[in-house]
Amino acid sequence: MKQRDLFLAFFRVGILGYGGGPSSIPLVHKEVVDKYKWMDADEFGDILALGNALPGPIATKMAGYIGFRVGGVLGMVNALCATMIPTIILMIFLLTALNSYKDQPWVKGMAEAVVPVVAVMLGVLTWDFIKKSGKSKLGWTWTGVSLIASLVLLQFLHVHPAILILILLVGALVKKDSSPSEQKQMGGERK
Amino acid sequence: MIFFQIFLAFFIPGILGYGGGPASIPLIENEVVDRYDWMTVNEFSEVLAMGNALPGPIATKMAGYIGYSEGGILGAVVGVFATVAPSLILMITLLGLLMKFKDSPRVKRLTIVVRPVIAVLMGVMTYDFVFSSYEGIGVTQTILIGGISFVLMEKWKIHPAYVIASALVYGALVLV
Repeated sequence: MKQRDLFLAFFRVGILGYGGGPSSIPLVHKEVVDKYKWMDADEFGDILALGNALPGPIATKMAGYIGFRVGGVLGMVNALCATMIPTIILMIFLLTALNSYKDQPWVKGMAEAVVPVVAVMLGVLTWDFIKKSGKSKLGWTWTGVSLIASLVLLQFLHVHPAILILILLVGALVKKDSSPSEQKQMGGERK
Repeated sequence: MIFFQIFLAFFIPGILGYGGGPASIPLIENEVVDRYDWMTVNEFSEVLAMGNALPGPIATKMAGYIGYSEGGILGAVVGVFATVAPSLILMITLLGLLMKFKDSPRVKRLTIVVRPVIAVLMGVMTYDFVFSSYEGIGVTQTILIGGISFVLMEKWKIHPAYVIASALVYGALVLV
């Protein structure tokens, strides 16, 4: 049952994920957090954080890890196959049999029409993350400050996201154990 | 021997290809076209164009197709494995560790501190998609499709599968 859900969830992600890896992020969020509730949004955020700190496509890392978390090694292989195989088979078939397929105007129209839809999905998920961050212990002021700081670092100073995330990772984990006051605050975070 | 070459050809982009697809394409091209000469530059761009017309990450599609064309089914498996496995193993071990200490205040603090960065990364991706849509189909179509899909997905809670499917049909018929 779980393996079947895993396959269906990531099959949908694989088939609908137009525009490459990033477009699968909101799709995976909808399946894993909203629909099957295999994990909450916080954990999904951690997966994204670590996924962005590591090389290679984000979609396969999400599929592989979440498949592993939900259904062990079999789940991992299951989710990976579901995400990748359909589109690879399609690619092999179209490139060998129907080589002229991609020059058809309607193919181009198809791929282009999906781009704004993915932009909306990504935008909504971005706003969710910002709202969640504002409501969390960080609070709106610090959320605003860190949003601007990250934007400047990433987009204008071209700091690599992996470096920024790793610095935060080390900073958050290494800082000596939280002082009592933080302990109290930590407990007070509204879920 | 060919399988070892396929593995290397996609292992290197898999490890160095930070930031997903766009980062790994030049690395793949360097292996497939320059080093192993499996295809010419135009053939490579044809495969790339096809890849971009299909869903899913570009790196795995390239690995699957080029692996297949060089080494059959096994070649495809080796190519995809080389692209996916290294960072996935790293991911599972690191996240496994993180999850073990999930309730510790430190990990909670990490989640909270890293969330704005993720929001910015996704915000930038959103901007990239909006801009590429603007370049691809112009302002009016972008606003039209974007607006309608927002209402459908967020206000009427229609599952993205249907919205994407109808956008595909719309694109095939109207945007020709």
